[in-house]
Amino acid sequence: MTYATEVLIGLLVLVALWTVQTTILRAAIGLAATSVVLSLVIFHMGAPLAAVFELSVCAGLITVVFVSTISMTRPPTEAETKKEKTILARRFHPAIIVSALAGVALWASGYVLEVAAPAGPPASVRDVLWNVRRLDLLGQIIIVFVGVFGVVILFKEQRGQKEVGR
Amino acid sequence: MAALLVVLPLLAVVFLNLPHVRLGNRLALLFAALFCAAEGVAALAAPEGFWNRAASLADIGLTLDLTRLLGTTFLVDALARVMFLSIAVVGLCAALVARYAYVDEEQEFRFANLLLLVTAGMNGVVLVHDLFALYVFLEITAVASLVLIVIERGKSAFEGAFKYMVMGAVATSLLLTALALLFIGAGGTSFEEVAAGLRASGTSKLELVALAMFLVGLAIKAGLVPFHGWLPDAYSAAPAPVSVLLAGIVTKTTGVYTLIRLVDAVFGYGEPIRRALLVVGAVSVVIGAVSALAQRDLKRMLAYSSISQVGYIVLGLAAGPGLGLAGAVFHLFNHSVFKTLLFVNSAAVERQAGTRDMDELGGISSRMPVTGTTSVIALLSTAGIPPFSGFWSKLLIIIALWQAGHPGFAALGVAASVLTLAYFLSMQRRVFFGKLAERCSRLEEADAWGLAPALALAAVTVALGVAAPWLFQTFLLPVRSIL
Repeated sequence: MTYATEVLIGLLVLVALWTVQTTILRAAIGLAATSVVLSLVIFHMGAPLAAVFELSVCAGLITVVFVSTISMTRPPTEAETKKEKTILARRFHPAIIVSALAGVALWASGYVLEVAAPAGPPASVRDVLWNVRRLDLLGQIIIVFVGVFGVVILFKEQRGQKEVGR
Repeated sequence: MAALLVVLPLLAVVFLNLPHVRLGNRLALLFAALFCAAEGVAALAAPEGFWNRAASLADIGLTLDLTRLLGTTFLVDALARVMFLSIAVVGLCAALVARYAYVDEEQEFRFANLLLLVTAGMNGVVLVHDLFALYVFLEITAVASLVLIVIERGKSAFEGAFKYMVMGAVATSLLLTALALLFIGAGGTSFEEVAAGLRASGTSKLELVALAMFLVGLAIKAGLVPFHGWLPDAYSAAPAPVSVLLAGIVTKTTGVYTLIRLVDAVFGYGEPIRRALLVVGAVSVVIGAVSALAQRDLKRMLAYSSISQVGYIVLGLAAGPGLGLAGAVFHLFNHSVFKTLLFVNSAAVERQAGTRDMDELGGISSRMPVTGTTSVIALLSTAGIPPFSGFWSKLLIIIALWQAGHPGFAALGVAASVLTLAYFLSMQRRVFFGKLAERCSRLEEADAWGLAPALALAAVTVALGVAAPWLFQTFLLPVRSIL
């Protein structure tokens, strides 16, 4: 692991910390920022395709969905925000401290993960997607389909209720 | 042909939603019911070799080899056929209950679409033999179930769905992390590769962590104690047909079947795994039964009862391959049948009486005699009273535990059956027997759509009990030998 990667991972932890300690809209933006830093880490570690997916889907698409959803909700009052921050701090701080200590202990122990070599020569992404994991592609299509169907059901219902309300 | 079980429902949903082909709402539900019926017939009667044959219309020279198209082959063994049958039976009953429970035809249309999608997901879970593909199909089932829970909206539906989503996300994270760790060790994600990797490494510490994470993820999906918090809320918040589907088959397929398949085909019956299964199973049996005793809401009581019965299945699995596994699979199927029956009856009670609060009901057996009688059959089977089907599956599990050298757990299984009988008799007395409650004085029996699945499932419960020896020879011994 190079120094640059270590610095990026440190940055990742800091951004993730900020994400869990703030209001819901800032948390969505924080999640996007975390994804951007994670993309940099992945890119730096030699997996550019995974980095592009992380950047486009997690930092891009998911942030758009979150921010759109939050825009439909009532903003919290000051008292609610304060209360939420206290609860979040109480819930997450022990987990963060334990995770950080575990990470430092693992790093200090010099543990090296042994990775099994894949059988045969490395396959291209095209090969993997279209020849090896075609069933998963079908599954992903169904997931997207189910998600879209669910959103349509919920939003259609909401529109119908608004019309009735008028 | 096996791939059709995933592809056909998807195509059906696309077809049903084409802008200019919009069929009648009830026709969509009929289509979903027919698909489930066809799947059930195929699971029961299809000959060997049928499942891996290419789908062909020989008369017009059209052959569609989905196996080649999807780049994979599916192994359909006796366990998979038992699951297809369970999915078909519960799916069909849920469709009938939807016809009975929904007044709004638009709701029926939405339910039909989601029923087809959730069926595709569950069939995929049963068919695949690859950990990543399994994860993908588990997610399909989870997302479709989530939408089903909120289909009628309302505060309690959103609360139930939120808990389902949060616990589902935790389970997903654990499964995905475990999958990555296992992939690192094995160099592949197919069941064979991961099993070979585990054998070769003698299960390293990293892989033990991965196995623990995988088991916890599946325990959340199955609603086992202590990961059961989401289950009573989701079951009780969901509309009646969705409760039938969730309790009858969804948690069984995503949690219990997956656990059985992976322990048997991939993880093996190592001592740490067996010990963990024994403890989780026993705790679930007891906590589920004790919690069921304290409930006022009929559906919540049935939900806690489900947790207890799933505990029995896990105990059977912990007893090891052979009799234990056969008992676990038999109880899985039985539980699908009699728990679906109980939820069908709760749907009838809720629709006719307008409440699920058992303290507000009473004596309704005189007004709803068919519902009352089928409820008695289901409760006796759940409690393991002979000659109903539940007796035989529990007997197999208890004998298997005894033979595997766990007499304490076998005794606990017997004792918990008494608890099961206690909470069900309490339910039966408060809801169906005794003096007719004032608010129920004008109650009427459910209509044919509500009664048909109840009668059919009661008949299956009795028939399975009477024909248990035949069933054991033809279905369960093959399960044991194939696995």
